[in-house]
Amino acid sequence: MDAAVEPKPLNRTQMAARVAADIPEGWIVNLGIGIPTLVADHVPPDREVIFHSENGVIGVGPAPAEDARDPWLINAGKQHVTLRTGGAYVHHADSFALIRGGHLDLCVLGAFEVAENGDIANWSTGANERAPAVGGAMDLAAGAKRLWAVMEHTTKDGRPRLVGRCTYPLTALGAVRRVYTNLAVIDVEKRGFVVREMVPGMTLEALQARTGATLHLPA
Amino acid sequence: MIDKFVRSAAEALAGVSSGATVLIGGFGQVGTPNALIEALSELDLSELTVVCNNAGTGTHGLARVMAEGRVRKIVCSYPRSAGSVVLEELYREGRIELEIVPQGTLAERLRAAGAGLPAFWTPTAAGTALAEGREVREFDGRPCVLEHALRGDVALVEAWAADRWGNLTYRRAGRNFNPVMAMAADLTVVQTQHVAELGALDPEAIVTPGVFVDRVVHIPYGDPDLGKPLY
Repeated sequence: MDAAVEPKPLNRTQMAARVAADIPEGWIVNLGIGIPTLVADHVPPDREVIFHSENGVIGVGPAPAEDARDPWLINAGKQHVTLRTGGAYVHHADSFALIRGGHLDLCVLGAFEVAENGDIANWSTGANERAPAVGGAMDLAAGAKRLWAVMEHTTKDGRPRLVGRCTYPLTALGAVRRVYTNLAVIDVEKRGFVVREMVPGMTLEALQARTGATLHLPA
Repeated sequence: MIDKFVRSAAEALAGVSSGATVLIGGFGQVGTPNALIEALSELDLSELTVVCNNAGTGTHGLARVMAEGRVRKIVCSYPRSAGSVVLEELYREGRIELEIVPQGTLAERLRAAGAGLPAFWTPTAAGTALAEGREVREFDGRPCVLEHALRGDVALVEAWAADRWGNLTYRRAGRNFNPVMAMAADLTVVQTQHVAELGALDPEAIVTPGVFVDRVVHIPYGDPDLGKPLY
């Protein structure tokens, strides 16, 4: 047997690039705050993907240079953005009709936890020291045609984020279709977590040890 | 002759009373009716319910209205921001009631009020802490939560251009909640950056028809603060 290659976890940029590789031309996509926002940087401009932001921007383009920022054009994360040629503005009710009416091909969200039944927890740690805030996360998770989560495979202190049942307050029930972590790509199917891909050097055993529910291999 | 223009923000808010539900447009710094909020903070009001996506930053504007103890309850989706110190403090001390509503449900509750729909069912938030105690019913096998229309006594709106009938256009992401709030209040008050002659706004481009608007004040407030880059 060959000497084991030390598995090399993906960094945030590589995780974003990995997600981007799976987004085909023509999809309408909403990206959450954090790593998901970075995904847009890895979709080549000639692959026409339409990025939507909750505050009514359809066709979000790349971030502007600092001195070229338009004070009237921000995304849902309050970052200054640009509008692609072909883009449009709508008001909040239309923007969320687009989300809630099933017109988004994909939403990519960060998460604290994803459960093997597709439940997602990403809006609150349940701690009460700060005012709670949900934004559009519940609308996106319930409304998009497909929901992908992107997150570190474990917490900073090594606890699994892929779990049997979420312990943090839920964002939506049974919504997640696929999880991209720094170690693997995992589909959420009827039977639970199915491993599609692992970083080089990672074994199913080692991945299972970092996961809070049973991992399956593709049928 | 219909002329909805008034001379000042104070005049625009005449008649707003304590206990009112106030809808405030804007998302982040963009499309926020700052002059009307400042005028609101000058009024001797109490027990207000404020509906606004965010809950104020710093110590000006909405944060000032809250800091002065004029707000009993705030209804919003995302009260947290880098500068939301006043809300955080009031919340910690239990001096303000906070109703957190998913952003799309918030927009739709306002739209429903404007469209005469008393309530609607949505799968958003079903099975979560935000749906606790709510009526739930299954549609096509999916649990849905009953949400009620959210009507305001007054709506504060910022427009890019307005004419004397109250027809409005908005600028880029400044549209956000403004059009739905304009529909959803008994008294809709607008601050506009620009004034257009009647007929000068392209009828195809008018987003809020004057039907939804009661008073307009011309305040060339200028661009939203650019702040520090967030990327």
